[in-house]
Amino acid sequence: MDKYVEMIRIRFLMMLAYRTNYYTGILIYAINIAAYYFLWAAIYGDKPSMQGISLGQMTTYVAISWLSRAFYFNNIDREIAMEIRDGKVATELIRPYSYLGMKAVQGLGEGLFRLFFLSLPGLLVVSLFLPLQFPENAHTWLSFSLSLLLSFVIYSELNLLAGVVTFFTFRNEGLLRAKRFIIDLFSGLILPVSFYPDWAQRLMDYFPFQAISYIPSMIITESFQGADVRDGLIVQVAWCALLLLPIGLLWRMAKKRLVVQGG
Amino acid sequence: MFYISVFFQYMAQYMKTKLQYRTDLLIEWLSDFMAQAVNLVFLLVVFGHTPLLHGWTRDEILFIYGFFLVPYAVFGAFFNLWDFNERYIVQGEMDRVLTRPVHSLFQIILERMELESLLGAIPGLIIMAYASVRLSLTFHWYDFFIFILLVIGGAFIYAGIFISLATISFFADARTSIMPMMYNISSYGRYPIDIYHRVIRYILTWVLPFAFVGVYPASYFLNKQEWYDYAFMTPVVGALFFAIAIMLWNAGVRRYRGTGS
Repeated sequence: MDKYVEMIRIRFLMMLAYRTNYYTGILIYAINIAAYYFLWAAIYGDKPSMQGISLGQMTTYVAISWLSRAFYFNNIDREIAMEIRDGKVATELIRPYSYLGMKAVQGLGEGLFRLFFLSLPGLLVVSLFLPLQFPENAHTWLSFSLSLLLSFVIYSELNLLAGVVTFFTFRNEGLLRAKRFIIDLFSGLILPVSFYPDWAQRLMDYFPFQAISYIPSMIITESFQGADVRDGLIVQVAWCALLLLPIGLLWRMAKKRLVVQGG
Repeated sequence: MFYISVFFQYMAQYMKTKLQYRTDLLIEWLSDFMAQAVNLVFLLVVFGHTPLLHGWTRDEILFIYGFFLVPYAVFGAFFNLWDFNERYIVQGEMDRVLTRPVHSLFQIILERMELESLLGAIPGLIIMAYASVRLSLTFHWYDFFIFILLVIGGAFIYAGIFISLATISFFADARTSIMPMMYNISSYGRYPIDIYHRVIRYILTWVLPFAFVGVYPASYFLNKQEWYDYAFMTPVVGALFFAIAIMLWNAGVRRYRGTGS
């Protein structure tokens, strides 16, 4: 366990060395979210609410979902793909830890760094000039924190899954890129899932994507109340558990057929 | 002349390597297409809930979006600089580039070109055609040449901004996380500029002039007379930002010391 905690710390410190370029990052995030706000304001026109979400809630939704993304986002799928291509994965596999576990905690280290150095200051900056509505209920914050952590787990699991697939295909940049856009679109990052047509919403219930962004953002904007919050969290936990299955299975197969070409 | 012949030789070489991995090519094109589909889906879903966006109709916005895809495809094909820092500075490839007998930026453009990105213009043209039929737009014979001019202008604006961003690597040896976020900001130039607060409008026009890659030039074809001045400034802004980028690049190369790797 210690070694995983240590790895989180090391990743955090690695990122800290590059913290200066996050100052511009905050600025760009702020412009980004502000532009989104005006876009949504224009979309709302004089409608007080759309799909049960008011403009104020939508603004908060957009701001929070982008800032949450900074936390749960990581590139471990690409890192795995790169290490397989370079042959580095061979040395990784003989080290006394779980390779996938180590990748996941590296992602967590990065995520924690961005949470403190990008998301929180970014939220502060954005709330200076945009009418964000934060819940006063401590319970909502607690549910949101839990939900955000689960988002990270699900996102990382999907990344690990995509990374492990590289063991079979060697080159899959296209797949990794496609996965990223599917997640952006269907996770509720750019658009709350409730805006999609009914058939699309029903279809999305069969995929883990909305558990990444839609559920935590709906919780923090209090668009989900009572039982909806509980159900959302249950869906997230279920996906966390369910995704372990294909990862474990593919990983067992992958280790057997790994071919390192030189390296 | 030497530059042109080098260009075509690289292009031929490029074709050969790409056609070696045909399935990759197909998947890459599909994933590019999906990246664009994200934005298209956003537009379509949003217009499922509202008929007008600040007085602009769905088809007008679609036209702007379709137009944007064309200069963007040109940019994507030739100015693939998003991993410049990793590849050329951190891994030291820049040392090799500097020993070549052509301008360093030209050399990198040749090495990194992705001609298949040009295919991304096809969905753009289809969307524009669809929108123009529904809007019953009329075109003159010279509009074709204006279109080419505006597309080149737009591609140069993109190139100028992203080359300038890449030059940051010469001055500050840090990984830069700005580029992916800049891609997000660039998408705001595709919406009617008058929906934004004037600060953002100013930024999108003069600081990061992404509005010149979408809404301004497209409004010429949409007969929005009030934006004509801006539409025709597109090539000028493109040339200006590209020139600034080249100057920054040359200054950066003079400062370049290498990482020793």
